[in-house]
Amino acid sequence: MNQEHGHVVPYATFVKVWGVLLALTMLLTFTSKRFHEALSVWAMLCITPLKAGLVFYYFMHLKFEAPLLKGMVFVALATLVVFIGMLFFDISFR
Amino acid sequence: MSGSTAHGAAAHRDYAGAKIGMWLFLFTEIVLFGGLFILYSAYRTKYPHEFHTAGQELNYVIGVINTVVLLTSSLSMALSITAVQKGQQRLATWLVGLTVILGALFLVNKYVEWSAKIHHGLYPNGPELLKLPPGEGLFLGLYFTMTGLHGLHVVAGMIVLSIMLVLLAKQRIRQDDYVKLENAGLYWHLVDVIWIFLLPLFYLAA
Repeated sequence: MNQEHGHVVPYATFVKVWGVLLALTMLLTFTSKRFHEALSVWAMLCITPLKAGLVFYYFMHLKFEAPLLKGMVFVALATLVVFIGMLFFDISFR
Repeated sequence: MSGSTAHGAAAHRDYAGAKIGMWLFLFTEIVLFGGLFILYSAYRTKYPHEFHTAGQELNYVIGVINTVVLLTSSLSMALSITAVQKGQQRLATWLVGLTVILGALFLVNKYVEWSAKIHHGLYPNGPELLKLPPGEGLFLGLYFTMTGLHGLHVVAGMIVLSIMLVLLAKQRIRQDDYVKLENAGLYWHLVDVIWIFLLPLFYLAA
């Protein structure tokens, strides 16, 4: 086969995702500068993975990939999350 | 495709394999930075107040500006793939060129930021940094290590994208063969994702 199989994402979709990413960045900055530390930490824990997820899902075309690739990415990220979880488990019970 | 002749074999391309190969490489990058994020988390838990104080040394406005620059470069990169898929070769070339320029702008901001720090003696093993309490020194050490390693990735990405510009000009990347550009884009987007995490960990830590 000489033809590539990539899904053509409309220009407008990418521009909308970019707009959301900028808005989330401003929200994250505002929250961290204006609110109590506990709230800003929670905002960071929610907004930052959401932003990364948008880049993975749309900009990196993960939305249009086959289940095999999606599964590989999930396993890689889940492994990292498990190790981060194990770190905090270790620190909490020292 | 028969694949029975040498010519047939040369013409064969494995689109899915090329992408999976690139993602496998990206996993090694995720683990590389993931290890550093784990290190940061461990020390932040040990020195929460020192990390908070040392975070005030960083100008969050520069961090946010650089985030906007990198997010915009990711947009131009993503748009260039659509342009190639639609056969708009010239537009795709301009968009990849814009991505490289935005990468350079990011590095200029980084240069200004690092120069100010170095001027004030705040650099690994620098005179002012050594006077700081251990936790604050650790924060700035991690800052230089992680943003420095990220900066090297930006430089590598710019080199790869410059090669893509040449391939676009030579029609080696075109409407029916663009997986190289897609893979270069995947690398650039991952560099963006890493910065998305560096912003709150360092610039918004105070």
